[in-house]
Amino acid sequence: MEGAWEIAFVLFQVWLSIVVGLIVLPAMFGVSLGFTDIYIRVLVKTLEWATLRIQRGQKEQPTLPSQSANGIIEKDDGSMEEEIGELRRSHPKNLVGGDFTMCDAFYFCKKGIENIVEDQVTQRFTSEELASWNLLTRTNNNFRYISVRLTIIWGLGVFIRYCILLPLRITLAVIGLSWLVIGTTIVGLLPSSNAKNWLSDLVHITCYRICARGLSATIRYHNKENRPKKGGICVANHTSPIDIVILANDGCYAMVGQVHGGLMGVIQRSMVLSCPHVWFERSEMKDRHAVAKRLKDHIADKTKLPILIFPEGTCINNTSVMMFKKGSFEIGRTIYPVAIKYDPQFGDAFWNSAKYNIVSYLLRMMTSWAIVCNVWYLPPMTRQDGEDAVQFANRVKSAIAHQGGLVDLSWDGGLKREKVKESLKEEQQKMYSSMIVGQQGRLMLSILI
Amino acid sequence: MGSTSSTLLKIPNVEVLMQETGFSPAHMIRLHDRFKALDKEGRGHLCPQDFGAIKELAMNPIGDRIIGAFFCPGKETVDFHTFVKILAHFRPVDKNRPKEPNSPEPINSRSNKLRFAFQLYDQDKDGKISRDELLKVLQAMLGMQVTEEQLESIADRTIQEADLDRDDAISFEEFRKSLEKVNIDHKMSIRFLR
Repeated sequence: MEGAWEIAFVLFQVWLSIVVGLIVLPAMFGVSLGFTDIYIRVLVKTLEWATLRIQRGQKEQPTLPSQSANGIIEKDDGSMEEEIGELRRSHPKNLVGGDFTMCDAFYFCKKGIENIVEDQVTQRFTSEELASWNLLTRTNNNFRYISVRLTIIWGLGVFIRYCILLPLRITLAVIGLSWLVIGTTIVGLLPSSNAKNWLSDLVHITCYRICARGLSATIRYHNKENRPKKGGICVANHTSPIDIVILANDGCYAMVGQVHGGLMGVIQRSMVLSCPHVWFERSEMKDRHAVAKRLKDHIADKTKLPILIFPEGTCINNTSVMMFKKGSFEIGRTIYPVAIKYDPQFGDAFWNSAKYNIVSYLLRMMTSWAIVCNVWYLPPMTRQDGEDAVQFANRVKSAIAHQGGLVDLSWDGGLKREKVKESLKEEQQKMYSSMIVGQQGRLMLSILI
Repeated sequence: MGSTSSTLLKIPNVEVLMQETGFSPAHMIRLHDRFKALDKEGRGHLCPQDFGAIKELAMNPIGDRIIGAFFCPGKETVDFHTFVKILAHFRPVDKNRPKEPNSPEPINSRSNKLRFAFQLYDQDKDGKISRDELLKVLQAMLGMQVTEEQLESIADRTIQEADLDRDDAISFEEFRKSLEKVNIDHKMSIRFLR
């Protein structure tokens, strides 16, 4: 028995030194040994083969439904006025200046039924459907058994992901986070100086690089000249907690968030020792002015790192950008927008917090093939005179959506949990009534005619 | 890895349903998925709150009535059969369907679509749209944006034009007649993608 334990221990040491030597150390210095590139290339080839195989299978068996990634129904995109106008044109009555006709209800009825079959909001809070299967069981909606070879490759994939990649990634994550806690605590002991800041940045970046390797993350940064500067506010679309790792791999940011307990709390407290982050107690979050003041103070100090904010307030599934909360756009004038777009082919990064808790989410991440994403740094935007915070927020949101190839929606991400406000229904009523009544006088006139 | 036929088999009486409604197997699967997605608690049937959770429907001025159309009087739940049958009203009209004299009228015929719309107005299901019922619909669609008098005058005029037998209410025939030139097929149909 003793012998077995010793052998296991030796193996573990060898394993650990390989990991440290080949992955951790190069990662810390930003050097790539090329393993991830080769891995991704092999993966792409395999997935292409799998896709072709499935397509061939679908042609041979026509009863298979081909996946429509765009939804169930084709919607008419006309505005309320256009649609109701069309309805009335066929009506024999000669209507001048608008009036009610019974067929007006058809417009609302059809819209209602369309929404019952498929609606814009629920879609955004479920994972994006892929047009072809990427050999992960979790994305398998309707793909059925095609061939023995495909099933074998899938089985091989399961083995590789769970037995080889998962332990490796967990090791890296543990190393990375421990390094962060230990490193920042040590740096925190130093007196304030330029050296301290430089060391703090180093510790943070190396830790995030290790974590990124822990997810087999391949990140492409575009337009690095627009990177956020000190004393600025960085704003990005939110898909998952991993966004932080993705962005922090290429720069140092001051994080903003709620104080947590447990492991998160330990990490938060140690991070603050080496450089200022903004952590709020739950009670403080309720007071908007206190929050705004703390953030303003932070960005006023030009030696502090740029703060990172996700104005959507919740995780969206990376096919669209939802309403930006105006709070972040009220505290400062210069915003550095960043667009993050994940490639869903290799792994779905979206955190559906209603379905999965953080631990099962991280496990899913670590058993995906890889995380591949693009990050675009957009040129800084400032609030124009005469523009209020909401308009500014929408302008930034459109820029991010446009760059990332995401749909720009004005729905509030909070709708995931809350009911629709009455005011939205009133808006519909207003639009309709302006077609019926218009100005006060017109209605009376058409009665007299 | 589920297969098409096994998913279809999970739906009871799916063959009969497909024949009655005219939906293809692919449509049935998509609708079943949607039904399950709406049925958040996995009870196997939908209640009004499940419909109410659809944000865009909650914003629709006559959203409540549309939801009500799914529930038979007295019933508080909608099963998948009823769900699909109601949605079948909105399938585009089958232009190539041969006219068999003894077969029942398809659910998505022009007449049945009109009947569906008629029932949105005629909430007490007495076969006539009374002045009160018309007023209620107008109130729903216009809310606080118009005055009581305007609502009343609109209702009066609508009845005046459509009511041919002067009984101060609009029957289904009168409803149909007043809308005979409207392209019902286009306006009350939803195109389902393959």
